[in-house]
Amino acid sequence: MPFIPNADSDRLEMLASIGVSKVEELFSDIPSAKRFPPLDLPKGISEFEMLSEIEALAAKNLGAKGKAWFMGAGAYNHFIPSIVPALASRGEFLTAYTPYQPEVSQGTLQAIFEYQSMAAALLGVDVVNASHYDVATALAEAILMAWKQNEDRPAVYFPSDLHPEYRGVVETYVSSFPIELRFYEGDPAALAIDERVACVVAGYPSFSGEVYSLGTCAEKTHAAGALLIVQADPHVCALLESPGAQGADIVVAEGQSLGNPMNFGGPYLGMMGASEKLMRKLPGRIVGEAKDREGRKGYVLTLTAREQHIRREKAVSNICSNQGLSRLCYDKAHFAAERIAQIPGYKIETRRFFKEFLVSTPIAAEAIFDRLLKKDIVPGFPLSRYDASKDNKLLCCVTELNSKEEIDALVKALAEVTP
Amino acid sequence: MNLLPEPLIFNVSSPGAQGCSLPESDVPPSPLPQDLTRKHLGLPEVDELTVVRHFTRLSQKNFSIDTNFYPLGSCTMKYNPKANEVAASHSGWKSLHPLIGDRYSQGALELVFRLQESLAEIGGFSAVSLQPAAGAHGELAGVLIIRDYLESIGQGQRKTMLIPDSAHGTNPASCTMAGFATRTVPSGNDGNIDIKALEAMLNDEVAGIMVTNPNTLGLFERNIAKIAKMIHDAGGLVYGDGANMNALTGVFKPGKSGIDVMHFNLHKTFSTPHGGGGPGSGMVAVVSKLADFLPGPVAVKQGKKFALAMPPASIGRMKAFYGNFGVLVRAYAYIRMLGRDGLRRVAENSVLNANYLRAKLERHYPLKYKKACMHEFVAMGNIAPGIRTLDIAKRLIDYGFHPPTIYFPLIVPEALMIEPTETESKAVLDAFVEAMLSIAQEAKTKPELLNAAPTTTPVGRLDEVAAARCPVLCYRP
Repeated sequence: MPFIPNADSDRLEMLASIGVSKVEELFSDIPSAKRFPPLDLPKGISEFEMLSEIEALAAKNLGAKGKAWFMGAGAYNHFIPSIVPALASRGEFLTAYTPYQPEVSQGTLQAIFEYQSMAAALLGVDVVNASHYDVATALAEAILMAWKQNEDRPAVYFPSDLHPEYRGVVETYVSSFPIELRFYEGDPAALAIDERVACVVAGYPSFSGEVYSLGTCAEKTHAAGALLIVQADPHVCALLESPGAQGADIVVAEGQSLGNPMNFGGPYLGMMGASEKLMRKLPGRIVGEAKDREGRKGYVLTLTAREQHIRREKAVSNICSNQGLSRLCYDKAHFAAERIAQIPGYKIETRRFFKEFLVSTPIAAEAIFDRLLKKDIVPGFPLSRYDASKDNKLLCCVTELNSKEEIDALVKALAEVTP
Repeated sequence: MNLLPEPLIFNVSSPGAQGCSLPESDVPPSPLPQDLTRKHLGLPEVDELTVVRHFTRLSQKNFSIDTNFYPLGSCTMKYNPKANEVAASHSGWKSLHPLIGDRYSQGALELVFRLQESLAEIGGFSAVSLQPAAGAHGELAGVLIIRDYLESIGQGQRKTMLIPDSAHGTNPASCTMAGFATRTVPSGNDGNIDIKALEAMLNDEVAGIMVTNPNTLGLFERNIAKIAKMIHDAGGLVYGDGANMNALTGVFKPGKSGIDVMHFNLHKTFSTPHGGGGPGSGMVAVVSKLADFLPGPVAVKQGKKFALAMPPASIGRMKAFYGNFGVLVRAYAYIRMLGRDGLRRVAENSVLNANYLRAKLERHYPLKYKKACMHEFVAMGNIAPGIRTLDIAKRLIDYGFHPPTIYFPLIVPEALMIEPTETESKAVLDAFVEAMLSIAQEAKTKPELLNAAPTTTPVGRLDEVAAARCPVLCYRP
């Protein structure tokens, strides 16, 4: 029997110790009419057969491997150094649980402490938790946290140009509270913030890739007594000034691109950090330094008086990344955008961007997608998949994995679909 | 266990060291925005071997299922099959973009669809959404479904959720996030819900009850059918917390016994790794009248093709994309390998193992409820003067065992909540019993050993009070 080590003889001995003759007797509290119902499932199969079945299912998808891949929109195709899965898959990390017993969980706890420290440096905040399910849930919880600071302020300024799925999650989370989302377009620095506003949400960059400076918005938000929440791309933060340094009070970010595969959307990593004055309001688990009776330094889950839920934690993050990687993405994206802008009928809509930008296309982006796919090019994400009125918009993303050759092929193929 | 202190990664940073190689740029550099360019990053610079040694050494400071018996009650720390990991790390999944479109992700959607169907069958429900990313997330989805359903039938005034005093702490927290007030239902002398007390709490403001079955005492809620009928007659719905489903696979279908909504923890019952606290998966299952309210999108079958669809009255999205897909692949692999008979044997053997430990330990560690248990049981650790459950837990570490869950459920003083799971052999259980009995002896003869424990770990008991008073939460150069 797979994964059940006891032999029948063991079971008989154990039943005798318990004082029953059959295992069924242990279930006598369950009403007999409801006990042991038939399960309409197939019989079990061997490991080999299961893996063959998985192989067959995995083959029925179109993966990024072997394609010139320019699609991002919240899930990014970056190279993952071999040591990341090698370390993250170690059983001692993978098969441990929440470090309730710190003496036998120092590995997990120190790794989380180091994650908190590195994430805080990257996002420019004082304190980071560990962590949320993804950036969408982190953003939703950040909004609830900001609103709870002052429940008399019901309004949240929310960018129209933010990932539609993140917006969907936020709408689910705030639906039980008297919170009104006020949608705005363009630069958050232009907002007029009144005393009904609890917080302003800004993308860094926005969904269409636009990078706005945050300093003016932060000043105006704080002057009005509200909080600034920034949803950032962690790679942007390696190259450009961090949201925290520009005055953001809470920063959330999607950690998928820090060494996690695209994996059809999950599991990902919701990063969240805040300034020190919000430290005790931050949801989720936080690890802190502690000492034992002999004065030895160790790590514990701390500030546990805060509201606690089970959170996703990702102990090992790709700490090998540095500015070099972000710079490579930046240069390649700008190279690609300049070339695309020169094709008649195409226009780059995003003014200041990092690795992702919005392209106006001469025909429907979905049609371009279909045509280029035949040449093994995935040219980007057609925005019409979220909003039917935006059928001539293609969101393109360029990473270190896209060679100049691939960019050339993309430009050539786009030029060929011009009507 | 690695006892040597391991410096922080920041302390082994060496300027200029590189942990990975990047391809040379084949495009001209593009000027950075001057006003916004970052000047200092402050991340450690470490070579690859140093990184490998650092995290390998850290890993050796953990107890885990792969290294130690881990009978953490209510957490179902069963063996996580390596085959699941191979199945989930297939390059066809890892390189699959969530927005590639239904047409190009048929294999992934078929897997999601089959898993939805399998879990619905195991629980006796009509429909399943795999969106929620963890148990508490599934709970939130479940109570939002109750909220929206009640509003849809003109019963939006029902804003009180009833929660037994033995429930997990996440139950009331999830209710608060869904806008419900909560009231606590007491347990009776038998550890089950006090039916009389429950009856007195029913009125037209009650939205429903959240029942964990088996409950956190490891006892099957014998009156579940009666409780469900009372709640339904009073106009409410019954939420099932599926944290303890490991006792019930192939044994009992909650959806056929009055439970309307339930979440299952795929990282418990269905063997996906706990990962130091995540990622998990807290899929939510419902009876037919609630199917339209499920969080979406869900996978549907249209002829021979699979597609993603939003249920018509959906509570909305719980996270971006479609749940923790990598976790779903593992659970699917596990269910396929076990099949219908294997799943029943999981429940039978988890209950057998728990009762074996109970029978061997109950004379030394008293039970508050003296009867056969399901997959776990709750003993008490105040077995000698000056000895607390915490001391027993810490002493167990010196014997090489991860402690059980302690001080939970709250209704049992000095609780020791022990869940062995079905993947442990009699030999391991016997070794654990031997350790527990020798600790019981030490508690009487050498209590100082317990008070000083653990002594075989990289650090001793840490001062959590001081840590919270002056928190140090980040490395400071």
